[in-house]
Amino acid sequence: MEFETVIGLEVHAQMLTDTKIFCNCSTKFGGAPNSHACPVCLGLPGVLPVLNKKVVEYGMKMALATNCTINPSNSFARKNYFYPDLPKGYQISQFAYPLAEHGYILLEINGEQKKIGITRIHMEEDAGKLMHDENNPVSYVDLNRTGVPLIEIVSEPDMRSPEEAADYLKRLHEILVYLEICDGNMEEGSFRCDANVSIRPKGQEEFGIRAELKNMNSFRNVQRALEYEVKRQQYLVENGQKIVQETRLWDDAGGVTNSMRSKEEAHDYRYFPDPDLVPVMVDEIWIARIREELPELPLVKRERFVKDYQIPTYDAGVLTADKALALYYEDVVKLCGKPKQASNWVMGDVLRFLNEEKRDIRQCPISAKSLADMITLIEEGVISGKMAKDVIDDMYKTGKPPQDIIKEKGLVQITDEGELIKTISAIIEASPNQLKDYRGGKEKLFGFFVGQVMKATQGKANPQLVNDLLKKMLT
Amino acid sequence: MELYSLTIHELQEKIKNGDVSAMQIAESVFSRIDAVEERVHSYIRLMKEEALAAAAKADENIKKGDIQPLTGIPVALKDIVCTKGITTTCGSHILHNFVPPYNATVVEKLSAAGAVFVGKANMDEFAMGSSTETSYFGPTSNPWDLERIPGGSSGGSATAVAADECIASIGSDTGGSIRQPAALCGVVGMKPTYGRVSRFGLIAFASSLDQIGPFTKDVEDCAIMMNVLAGYDPKESTSVKTEVPDYRRFIGGDIKGWKVGIPKEYFVEGIDPEIAAAVKKAIAVVEKCGGQIVDITLPHTQYCLAVYYIIAPAEASSNLARYDGVKYGLRTADARDLMEMYTKTRRQGFGAEVKRRIMIGTYALSAGYYDAYYGKASQVRALIRRDFDEAFQQCDVILTPTTPTPAFKIGEKTDDPLQMYLSDIFTISTNLAGIPGISVPCGFTAAGLPMGVQFLAGHFEEGKLLQIASAYEKNAAIEKRRPTL
Repeated sequence: MEFETVIGLEVHAQMLTDTKIFCNCSTKFGGAPNSHACPVCLGLPGVLPVLNKKVVEYGMKMALATNCTINPSNSFARKNYFYPDLPKGYQISQFAYPLAEHGYILLEINGEQKKIGITRIHMEEDAGKLMHDENNPVSYVDLNRTGVPLIEIVSEPDMRSPEEAADYLKRLHEILVYLEICDGNMEEGSFRCDANVSIRPKGQEEFGIRAELKNMNSFRNVQRALEYEVKRQQYLVENGQKIVQETRLWDDAGGVTNSMRSKEEAHDYRYFPDPDLVPVMVDEIWIARIREELPELPLVKRERFVKDYQIPTYDAGVLTADKALALYYEDVVKLCGKPKQASNWVMGDVLRFLNEEKRDIRQCPISAKSLADMITLIEEGVISGKMAKDVIDDMYKTGKPPQDIIKEKGLVQITDEGELIKTISAIIEASPNQLKDYRGGKEKLFGFFVGQVMKATQGKANPQLVNDLLKKMLT
Repeated sequence: MELYSLTIHELQEKIKNGDVSAMQIAESVFSRIDAVEERVHSYIRLMKEEALAAAAKADENIKKGDIQPLTGIPVALKDIVCTKGITTTCGSHILHNFVPPYNATVVEKLSAAGAVFVGKANMDEFAMGSSTETSYFGPTSNPWDLERIPGGSSGGSATAVAADECIASIGSDTGGSIRQPAALCGVVGMKPTYGRVSRFGLIAFASSLDQIGPFTKDVEDCAIMMNVLAGYDPKESTSVKTEVPDYRRFIGGDIKGWKVGIPKEYFVEGIDPEIAAAVKKAIAVVEKCGGQIVDITLPHTQYCLAVYYIIAPAEASSNLARYDGVKYGLRTADARDLMEMYTKTRRQGFGAEVKRRIMIGTYALSAGYYDAYYGKASQVRALIRRDFDEAFQQCDVILTPTTPTPAFKIGEKTDDPLQMYLSDIFTISTNLAGIPGISVPCGFTAAGLPMGVQFLAGHFEEGKLLQIASAYEKNAAIEKRRPTL
């Protein structure tokens, strides 16, 4: 039987606000345990939450970037459950009236665009963290993370393969980081993903029983976990067993998912409107202002790069994957006017250097100005492309501009015709046999003469000029 | 006259004239406490040391000519408002050792106004009760008859004023917890509009209903207290940014031509005949003052109790989830794992009434029941609010009895929660609608028990309430009696 996979994702993104969602504590990661925790974070009796408007604005940015409709009146609800990392015994979240609904993002799948629906985006507070003593039966509670703002982005079950899911996740991540509302750090947990996955016989409309997967803390793990889970479900069906609705945890080391709790054991969260908070009223003026503040989004930028710079879609994809990289690239283009060459150097050498050292474009020692200068120097024939390979290497190592490196190394190209004619004449004189053979029709020997000139000039001769002169002088 | 028996405005006069010092007032009140507290049990904790220090400070300020609205006035705080550095128990075992690191906004305001805090007043556990019998620290007695309950949940705050163990006090009112004990103890008690007085630092029972308000010896004192308490608080999201008038200017105003609504649903069988008669007299007094009596209807009144006993416990079940033994308060000594720690702590820490309401509330919010209970109750609540909106199209204020009966005997209704819940039948609708209400003494039963009449007004119309209450107080000329203790 052929199966179709159905995947929906729930993404939690920590918002990059300076302070928490319902108090003035810092959201900074790290810090001594409970050093960013006030009575509101601690859930002490009598304290009350006051909404941080910035969180609403960040959420609105994501809503607009994902084509959602913002609810003019959205409100908070309490999600009740007991756990030591949840000091109030409930999480303030949104339930019946989320911030935004009915959006989508576009994926490129085999050159075609596919819409992935966004069911809803809502705001909520993060929980604290438990630390378990390895030697004693003691657990400690750190409430620094309590109240750090999150938005939860829930997709429609629109993805049909683990690759699609991974792609969706990357696009979502890219948008969040572009908007500068989330740092996207999966390891530190500022970008987290749960997946709902089911399978159904191809052609069937009704959804199969789904499993919810948790504990996947990288793009790769999301894809691996989904791939495993799809296989597991197929195996069950093919062997006449039943899939049960449950929550499963991804075990990275074992490469498997394990049952955490069944549907029967699932919490009843007893959601109800939080009486301590008033509805968030969002009017058109506010929405318009936030829309103004939106940066160019990755997909739009990508299309513009292809159109304006005449570079391949693939290149545009690489260059726009990181907003800072795109900015760098555009700076280089602006300064040298050579988009194709700029793309080649950025994607080739610059990214290779950075990847080798796991660095970010923001930490790149080669400034956009330096790279643009180097490209211009090549265009002007001051250095050859080959020489440039050495120059850029030094630029990366030293951070110096190309002009300095060329001067220091004496790398300037020989473009003086008189000087080159002299050199070529000497070589021709010293190679009578080769000249004879060449003139007799062995055209391959042209390369021999080029090589001799380059050797004599230590590679500094302008290759184009050498070609032209040789052609004249050999005939 | 002993100083402790005077009102705020009387003491203020004496302070201003240099006739008495804050220290003399404080000492007078504490001597009274020494004499009667053992029998009344108004307080969970007395703050004598802090009070005397505050009185000394007040006297320094008085010398400097710095006299604030409550300078040197001894005030009791219901043990539900957080006091920085001073144990705040909410009448519960689970918080018996909780020391807040902050003051409630009202405590800050009272303190800034010069008040001298006498102590933390007894109350029903987590404000759940109508008799102050559910307090972990034992019941409070009604000063008018020590075998009777003072009402609740702010019983201690009411008795502290009635028994002259303070000059004024702070209570909280979720379904009548200020007005009902005020009526049963013969003092004035006001529940302001929801959002009028900050809830920051008020330990939550039912957040959409809770409101802090004053107990005082007369209506003018109530206005003085409201001047201090009312106002927007940025620390509370449901606090309302509405201008606060000088409430004192409503005192002594006349009510000529005012339309006073009498809701027929509040005058049905089951009311104690003496209360019915007293309220009838009160209506006559209002008429004599120039008030025009109009019959009104609040058609959804019959659902108030049911709606209240779904919404309040639902919110409470969530508000009280934080008392889990993890962070503060009681933690059971013997638990092998987390679940046992939770269950034992909560089993040992909460009393029967609190557990009953947590269970009712949890049930009402459960999957499959939410729509039928909480959802439906919220819809009916909107209708109850609309009843009042429509009623206030026809009248300026509404007059009702505060309670259906005078104070009952301690232990009389503890085994019958439904009977107990009925004590709040006339006060609950106010909280559901979010409007203000005031209870003013309207006489005594043959057995010498106080009774109260309640006035209700539209949102943020506390001024109207004070105006009619003061007019009534003046013209009714209720006999000035003091409990014999």
